[in-house]
Amino acid sequence: MNVGLFIPCYVNQFYPNAAKATLELLQKSGVNVVYPVKQTCCGQPMANSGFEHLSKECNDLFIKNFSAFDYIVGPSASCILHIKEHLHSDKNEEQAAAIRTKVFELVEFLTDVLKIEKLDAVFPHKVGLHHSCHGLRGLYLSQMSELNAPAFSKPQYLLNMVKGLEQITLDRPDECCGFGGVFCISEEAVSVKMGKDRVTDHLKNGAEYITSSDLSCLMHLEGILHRNKSSVKVIHIAEILNATI
Amino acid sequence: MTFHVSRFKLRHYQNNSNMNTREKILEAVLKNQPPTTALPDITMFKGNSIDLIQKYMDIFKTIGGSSFLVDDIAAVKILISENFDTAKRIVTTLPELSDRFELISAAANPRSYDDIELAIIKAHFSVAENGAVWLAEEVMGQRIIPYICQHLAVIVHAESIVPTLHEAYEKIGAGDYDFGAFISGPSKTADIEQALVLGAHGPLTMTVFILK
Amino acid sequence: MSQTKTKDHAALAAAFIKDEERVDWHDGALWYIREKRDIAAKQIPEWEELREAASMIKSNVISNLHEYLLQFEANLKKNGVMVHWADNAQEHNEIVYSILKAKEISQMVKSKSMLTEECHLNEYLEEHGIEVINSDLGEYIQQIDNEPPSHIVLPCIHKRKEEIGELFHEHLGTEKGLSDPTLLTRVARKHLRNIFLTRRGALTGVNFAVAETGEYVVCTNEGNADMGAHLSEVQIASMGLEKLIPQKKHLGIFLRLLARSATGQPITIYSSHYKKPREGQEMHLILVDGGRTRQLGRPDFRESLKCIKCGACMNTCPVYRKSGGLSYHNTISGPIGAILAPNLDMEKHADLPYASTLCGSCSNVCPVKINIHEQLYKWRQVIVKEGYAANTKALGMKTMAWTLSSPGKFTTAGKAGRWFLHNIPFVVNNKFNPWYKQRDMPEGPRESFAEWFIKNKE
Repeated sequence: MNVGLFIPCYVNQFYPNAAKATLELLQKSGVNVVYPVKQTCCGQPMANSGFEHLSKECNDLFIKNFSAFDYIVGPSASCILHIKEHLHSDKNEEQAAAIRTKVFELVEFLTDVLKIEKLDAVFPHKVGLHHSCHGLRGLYLSQMSELNAPAFSKPQYLLNMVKGLEQITLDRPDECCGFGGVFCISEEAVSVKMGKDRVTDHLKNGAEYITSSDLSCLMHLEGILHRNKSSVKVIHIAEILNATI
Repeated sequence: MTFHVSRFKLRHYQNNSNMNTREKILEAVLKNQPPTTALPDITMFKGNSIDLIQKYMDIFKTIGGSSFLVDDIAAVKILISENFDTAKRIVTTLPELSDRFELISAAANPRSYDDIELAIIKAHFSVAENGAVWLAEEVMGQRIIPYICQHLAVIVHAESIVPTLHEAYEKIGAGDYDFGAFISGPSKTADIEQALVLGAHGPLTMTVFILK
Repeated sequence: MSQTKTKDHAALAAAFIKDEERVDWHDGALWYIREKRDIAAKQIPEWEELREAASMIKSNVISNLHEYLLQFEANLKKNGVMVHWADNAQEHNEIVYSILKAKEISQMVKSKSMLTEECHLNEYLEEHGIEVINSDLGEYIQQIDNEPPSHIVLPCIHKRKEEIGELFHEHLGTEKGLSDPTLLTRVARKHLRNIFLTRRGALTGVNFAVAETGEYVVCTNEGNADMGAHLSEVQIASMGLEKLIPQKKHLGIFLRLLARSATGQPITIYSSHYKKPREGQEMHLILVDGGRTRQLGRPDFRESLKCIKCGACMNTCPVYRKSGGLSYHNTISGPIGAILAPNLDMEKHADLPYASTLCGSCSNVCPVKINIHEQLYKWRQVIVKEGYAANTKALGMKTMAWTLSSPGKFTTAGKAGRWFLHNIPFVVNNKFNPWYKQRDMPEGPRESFAEWFIKNKE
């Protein structure tokens, strides 16, 4: 199988280490990974703000870059969900439809497609898992607390394979962090309050690291942690799963 | 098929040039409603009949009510004299209790029942999953009775307890009543800082006597 | 097109959040209710099947609403109930007034009805010489404080008991400083009892209206709806068109879901089924459109009419919990309010679909499975298309689209952004950058991933 590596715009610019870890993880799992260098963005920032109609060129560029692959994998639940639900094209709808079925977030690709059962990863720290809402309720990476349904968690399944890692238990396991795209700017006060409350929950329960499938959430939480001079760090789940001594 | 019928109905509204609000609304509804979707089959929803009496009593207790499992009306009389101030006005719909307590008159002015301390009435059946009793107006004496009294006591037969509301509505059917109610405990409110207070505008307490 | 109004959700929320201790208390109170819902839901193994059934029943209702309205009306009349139709708030209020005037009633007692809040009924009646008292304790408190309810089930959830005590001291003559909830409730009980006993007119809302039998159900914990109705000479019920359900047996589904979703109770204390008037009493029912038929005609948003007004979406919504219902400037607030309000007044409520992170929690606690978070996303597209987005937002978006549609422009912009962050951070880290107010910006790495890849891997 050949896999197209999709690195979201802000991950590309601000969190290249998470992108490198994603690439390495996939390669270590024996996957033939190609990174189309001319990719930009999935179009979510526009669409999320109500400007879906402006993301057409972005969509076509995405289709152009990625339609040749068996799978498209990216380390961002919200971007992957956006493509799954909203990738359309006036010129290439057939290709868009095909892409919507073969686009995967990293965690679900590892558990559902590659079906990995072990990892050579070591990360001897206390880790708080932040469920990004798009990953949780959109991609169904874990069971959400709202439903009366059997428990499961793909990210936790993978984290359990990492030696030395201790997962903390949160008071509110899946409350939103408050990033929300345009929301983080247009409703700054609520956004920050929501982020602070999440940080408090992790701190209270002993997290040394906060991890997630979504760097937008982590970027937001990190901004709050740094401003408050906290020693707690954020780290994308790819970097944990790829971590060695 | 549906489309043609709707068109016919729509033309009816449009031909009526002096359209009043009723016609205007109905026309708008007909025009805007989507194609019909089917009702679900709900026959698979049912409870089980295990330990119904205990289930009912446990739930009723958590809601703040008191319940007693009794053998007969004589036992009820004793419990009432033990738990309530019989010097105050006590009314009932039960002829068996009329030697002790005032029988409710369906014709009396409802306001005349303002001062009743306790009302003792009978329910048709009760529901285990939520502690409720079902009362149609005919067993209330008057509609206001179960709400206006300071304390409410309800007698219900043990074998009439049903597991869930699904069985309850099967029992009620279309219902030949002018008014009916599920009542599941003493009136309450938590409007002030979510602090639970028993006794809002309805009765302060509710007691259920389950007759074996 | 017009700019958003000055007091929008963001501004009102920011003001609410200033008092962090109060926000934490408000947030905690509502989260506790969400947790009670969870406990109740998990005690019913068939909970998700119940939600699905309720959702399908309500879809059947909105797709056959015409037929059910006619059936309901016919049965109401058979039962001796007088039926009225109101297109909008004004008509509704006029109808209530004329019913009361015909019997020379000048004082009315009212139980909870969000519809009458939408219609501003109390103000209308007061202007026309009719006194109205809200009998639900939370609504009574809001009434004496001259404030609308902040939550559809818990009207004064945002008030501390000391504030309520102060209101009672001012309006009911209680001792200054008295704030014990039980004692305050007892005072209200006594005061409102006198109201119930003397009011000849009573108005209630409608939780569920059964087309099959022409009866309607009113759910309360306090017993206030019944205290008003059964002592009145004239009883009025105000109802939105969408409150219908097809058959009696469907009440089993909805009454099992309603209170558990709202507060975690298995059922409200009272579920009163009103069918026919008492001997010598008049019973009226007013069917109100108030924008509902217009929403019915919106394919993307008509599902919002399935709502049974439980408030579960408000209790779970982190934005609602941390900003308060009054910051939504609409009778119905929270997530469901944000998808109902733009239909009523798109200009006034253009900000509400943006008062959300689209986290999806609301859709998953909704007992009738309304896809609230998807409708919030779709409303944003409509609001922009209709021209209600702020002009600055449109300009910013066009620039972003232009940059992101070209690999070359994107690389340049990214490089530039990181360079500024790294070398001249104050250009970005200043008070004009809303992100920066309470959060640090991410660091600007030397190389983007693409640059590293091209250098090392190609």
